[in-house]
Amino acid sequence: MSVVSALPWSRVLRDVLAQTSGRIGIVIVCLHLAVAFAAPMIVPQDPAFQDAAVMLQPPSLTHWFGTDRLGRDVFSRTLLGGREAMLIATLATVIAMVWGSTLGILVALIGGRTDAIVMRFVDAMMSIPWILMVMLFVAALGSNSAALVPVLGFSYGLSVVYLARAAALDFVARDFVLAAQARGHSRWSIAVTELLPNVRDSLAVQGAMQWSWILLAVSSLSFLGMGVAPPTPDWGQMIADARGIMQRAPWALIWPMLALSSLVIGMNLAVDAWARVTGVERNRRVPGA
Amino acid sequence: MIAVLLERIGLALVTLLIIAVTVFFALELMPGDACTVHLGRGATDTMLAACRARMGLDQPPLWRFAAWAGDILHGDLGVSMQRERPIVDIVGWRLRNTLILAAVTATIGIPLALGLGVLAGLKPDGPLDMAISGIAIFAMTVPEFISGTLMILVFSVILGWAAGVVTIGYKAPALDLVRASMLPAATLVFILAAHILRMVRASVIEVMQSDFVQMARLKGVPQRRIIWHHVVPNALLPAISVIGLTMAWLLGGVVIVESVFNYPGLGRLAVDAVADQDLPLVQAIALLFGLIYVLTNLGADLLALALNPRLRTRRG
Repeated sequence: MSVVSALPWSRVLRDVLAQTSGRIGIVIVCLHLAVAFAAPMIVPQDPAFQDAAVMLQPPSLTHWFGTDRLGRDVFSRTLLGGREAMLIATLATVIAMVWGSTLGILVALIGGRTDAIVMRFVDAMMSIPWILMVMLFVAALGSNSAALVPVLGFSYGLSVVYLARAAALDFVARDFVLAAQARGHSRWSIAVTELLPNVRDSLAVQGAMQWSWILLAVSSLSFLGMGVAPPTPDWGQMIADARGIMQRAPWALIWPMLALSSLVIGMNLAVDAWARVTGVERNRRVPGA
Repeated sequence: MIAVLLERIGLALVTLLIIAVTVFFALELMPGDACTVHLGRGATDTMLAACRARMGLDQPPLWRFAAWAGDILHGDLGVSMQRERPIVDIVGWRLRNTLILAAVTATIGIPLALGLGVLAGLKPDGPLDMAISGIAIFAMTVPEFISGTLMILVFSVILGWAAGVVTIGYKAPALDLVRASMLPAATLVFILAAHILRMVRASVIEVMQSDFVQMARLKGVPQRRIIWHHVVPNALLPAISVIGLTMAWLLGGVVIVESVFNYPGLGRLAVDAVADQDLPLVQAIALLFGLIYVLTNLGADLLALALNPRLRTRRG
């Protein structure tokens, strides 16, 4: 086995933290993760409790971020509103990365006609915008966040196939891979012991990117009423809910928008710094594109 | 040349076939079918059987796929479950409306993106580039439903320049729709321009460092002439293929932006169709979006071929 160039994880983290944008990104993301973990223990009020007496109240000492049109506490809902989407994004990212990189690496190794046919299929499926893919399934299964995990995992895995194949292609003709083939190793073992360590950085950066894309996808679906369903609070859902009253109660709209945007921007800053440190060409392609 | 052309068109057709297969068989893998979904839990066996017979769902899947695909080739997209009308009638007007929105977006967005991309690329890391690139990264990062809502907040609620949501019907005259599409188009422009201008910026930077620009500079060609005659034409070529690829994003974004602004196009129709659990209609719209994507990419490919003779040799 030989790894052409890979920094140890601790070194990568240190180099990312040494960059200003990387440091800001990591801090934002860590704050979000900490809040998401701790939220159920620290929220001051029941996020689903509707109090008709305090509808659309501006921020106050009891309701730090004010209340929404049903008299629910916006602060508690904002703290809790990323949890379900982050959970779905995490599970879907794992699925996307596993099937996408397995297929991508194997196809790069096998090459020839198999490669051409598989990639034509992947290409064609990527030309259906992800949202319509997902909507097709939501229409059939009903909106249900457990069903979103495999559906998003599948749709977003398509671009991982692309990336993993491209990254692996850089190595398939190298001497150490040819040597392993000459030693009679199976394709599977070559993929795992020779290629995977070399494409690790590309895949990890891509995985982090996928996570934030899928998080946006879940939020967008919740916004459209096809994702996280009430009573679970969710940023996308809160924004959809507060849109009609933005003139009277802008606070109900601003906080979830700020929460979601800051998480995604923080993630992007961190991933950009990470890509620079590991020398991975950052894949800016839009999901589904 | 002809071989390359035929190859591109052939690939587009193969892609379309695969899209049709995916859209059709994705639902075959699901539990239930259009009838169980449409009729819901209260359906009796006789109701289901009648519905399946009416929709032709009692036939084997491959046979149904052939019939479905055959109908589509004749311009028949099937019948909507909820609306009980031919899908072609429902989709026609909304397709026009979405195309109007896309046309307004492209007319404003593409020249704007090219201009800003060139400006940013001429002085990389200068203050102008920092501002343009910073806004572009923000536009690309923040989801469409947030930028759309921000547009309403700023231009409608705070400044009062335009109505926040579109209230006209889907059969409104084209000119009214153009007027109504200003804010949704602005949202799409914001994001579309960000993607394209980053590409243009990168290629301008590359071309500025090329030998022929150095040569022109050494010959004493004035800066303005270098920019317009050497840099711009060469930097715009790669942008064409990005515009094609960005279409997939744009089509997905259209679904959300149309919903945010209540714009009566295909995207919002898709959202309504999902809410109504109208599977044949969702399938038809997915297929239409795939078709639009394939056609725009084919168009971008052919345009690039026309403008760049170097691409015309096979796999050069």
